Amino acid sequence: MFLDRFWANTINGLSYGSIYALVALGYTLVYGVLQLINFAHSEIFVIGVFGVYFTFLALGFQPGQTPNVPLAGIIANLVLAGAVGMILAGIAAVILERVAYRPLRKRNAPRLAFLITAIGASFVIQQIFRITRGSNPEGTIRLLPPEPVFRIFGAPVTNLQLIIIVAALALFVVADTFVNRTRLGRGVRAVAQDPATATLMGVNRERVIMITFLLGGLLAGAAALFYLMTIPQGAVFNGGFLLGIKAFAAAVLGGIGNLRGALLGGLILGIAENYGQSLFGGDWRDVVAFVLLVGVLMFRPTGILGESLGKARV
Amino acid sequence: MTTTESRPAPSSGTGKSGRFGELSRWWNARSRPQQWGLLVPVAALIYLLPVLNPPILTTEPATSFPIALFNAAVFALIAIGLNVVIGQAGLLDLGYVGFFAIGAYSAAVLSSPDSELGVRFPWLVIVPIAMVITMISGVILGTPTLRLRGDYLAIVTLGFGEIVRLLADNIDPLRGNRGFQDIARPGGTYPDGSPIFTQNDAQGFYWLAVTIVIIVLFLMGNLERSRVGRAWIAVREDEDAAELTGVPTYKFKIWAFAIGAAVGGLSGTLFAAQVGFVNNQRFDVTTSILYLAAVVLGGQGNKVGVIVGAFLVSYIPDRFQFEPEYRFLVFGLALIILMIFRPQGILGMRQHLLAYGRQAYQKLFGAGTGVAPTSLTPSSRAAGEPAEAVPDDRSGSRPQGGGE
Repeated sequence: MFLDRFWANTINGLSYGSIYALVALGYTLVYGVLQLINFAHSEIFVIGVFGVYFTFLALGFQPGQTPNVPLAGIIANLVLAGAVGMILAGIAAVILERVAYRPLRKRNAPRLAFLITAIGASFVIQQIFRITRGSNPEGTIRLLPPEPVFRIFGAPVTNLQLIIIVAALALFVVADTFVNRTRLGRGVRAVAQDPATATLMGVNRERVIMITFLLGGLLAGAAALFYLMTIPQGAVFNGGFLLGIKAFAAAVLGGIGNLRGALLGGLILGIAENYGQSLFGGDWRDVVAFVLLVGVLMFRPTGILGESLGKARV
Repeated sequence: MTTTESRPAPSSGTGKSGRFGELSRWWNARSRPQQWGLLVPVAALIYLLPVLNPPILTTEPATSFPIALFNAAVFALIAIGLNVVIGQAGLLDLGYVGFFAIGAYSAAVLSSPDSELGVRFPWLVIVPIAMVITMISGVILGTPTLRLRGDYLAIVTLGFGEIVRLLADNIDPLRGNRGFQDIARPGGTYPDGSPIFTQNDAQGFYWLAVTIVIIVLFLMGNLERSRVGRAWIAVREDEDAAELTGVPTYKFKIWAFAIGAAVGGLSGTLFAAQVGFVNNQRFDVTTSILYLAAVVLGGQGNKVGVIVGAFLVSYIPDRFQFEPEYRFLVFGLALIILMIFRPQGILGMRQHLLAYGRQAYQKLFGAGTGVAPTSLTPSSRAAGEPAEAVPDDRSGSRPQGGGE
């Protein structure tokens, strides 16, 4: 059974893993710059999910039916919805940073205070969705029905999986290039390496922090689009919780603070989860991710690739 | 209500602002018998609350007042247990509901006729077994994770809370949603022969819960003033310095975890006994955040404070009847606002090693040189600037005297 579905699981794992990786990038960026676990990042993702969902609705798509629109139109709609989700999530992340974290930074608050604020923020956003949209998931809107495009070792690769994996990789390359090759990205790495020195060298730390949150939010918004494209369940207020923990686990797995580590960790986690599901049954899918997280923390707490947004940090 | 109140700790009083600070100073100036004289009537009043059923305080007709009080008392017990982990040792545990669940499930498995074990232990036998089980689970969770940096702990414990719930969902003998009926209650009857502990009348359970809270408070008070308690505070205030001065930090962190877990398990058995039914619905991780809110709201590291916090978190929704979902929203907002404006909570932290150091310093050099010790304090709270006060944690990276 496991061997029969091995390649199908691998491909499915890669597509889920791409989503984890995109969310994990947000955790890793913020952690690299502020050494803060941004618990509310999963809710930024949920804001993206609802942004995409409402864009779908506004564009005239309804839950349940597959629209009869030419392929080019569907792609244009997907890109539009993705862009809305990304922008909303990005803005939300920046607002979150302004409202919740910046006042604490100004006061030199201890780390525990940051964590507690992050949890509080995560709850507030979650509950706002719960109160306004109810506890039941929204209907699933499928713009693109999954169709096999080609086969690898007998396992079909659907158009959705292909789009997600390729688009996520492309976004990752953009983010990685931004951090490693541009002037602003150099600022991000400098602050990650040594905030005090970076400030003395003329890096605007507040702006770097804002950019970091913005970038994380944009990537989470993109992940939200892919999430809605594949996940059978629709948008729901607590949909970010499990995914957030898994994405964080992915970030730690690859080495938190390390962009390439987040990608690698996300893909490994997605695949491991699918193997676990196939071996132990669907109920144990989520347990696999947690066990993996604890296992990694026990044996290699710096992750597979080590922690290094600023490169020089060991 | 606690024995620690008798410690003369002028410096921890000076950090508190306004009325609470004055109250705390006034309280600390009383002698031990005077404090007892005040506490006994207060305790009596607390015991009498469900009988008096005072008109403004009461939650009736919506919720039975004794049940609301019982829930608040269980919440207080949970907050005291969690306070050991968060307030004393400075470890952020977000999966505390897992221990509560393990306690409740232990009671269910050991006494319900639905259980496959086929045994029906009386409640008093269950309590120590459940506490040992939760303690062991605390050690199992703590052993791999407590070696890590503090913020990883938060996420791993969050995962742990979720795993416990998933296990309850997925392991067949734990009966998932069907749950366990008829969990053992403590025995005992009133003089007229009616049982004290029933599901419908929570009065007996409330008295039991308050009694347990008081006993646990005594034990915790003693623990805090022992070597263990000092080690916890040392770990909280500066883990590296503690380790360097010979405190086996890892060992004491595990102890904090285990003891906190045991109290969580105890509260779980109490809850299970009163409700008489346990299934997988009560233990989602969001509940953990309410526990956290109770501890942070009342004041981490202050046992009386966390009881006040627990009472508020549990009682306000019952009293004012807002929808359960608003309760998460309100307390989530409270967490953010508190961290920004009053991070020490309603009542601040009681014990600081640096405060002790200040006392010693004053004894040596006299109170006149009060300026010098401020440079020793990592936060401005001990230096008497309440507006900028921040609770200490273990991070040593914060600039010294940054608030000044």
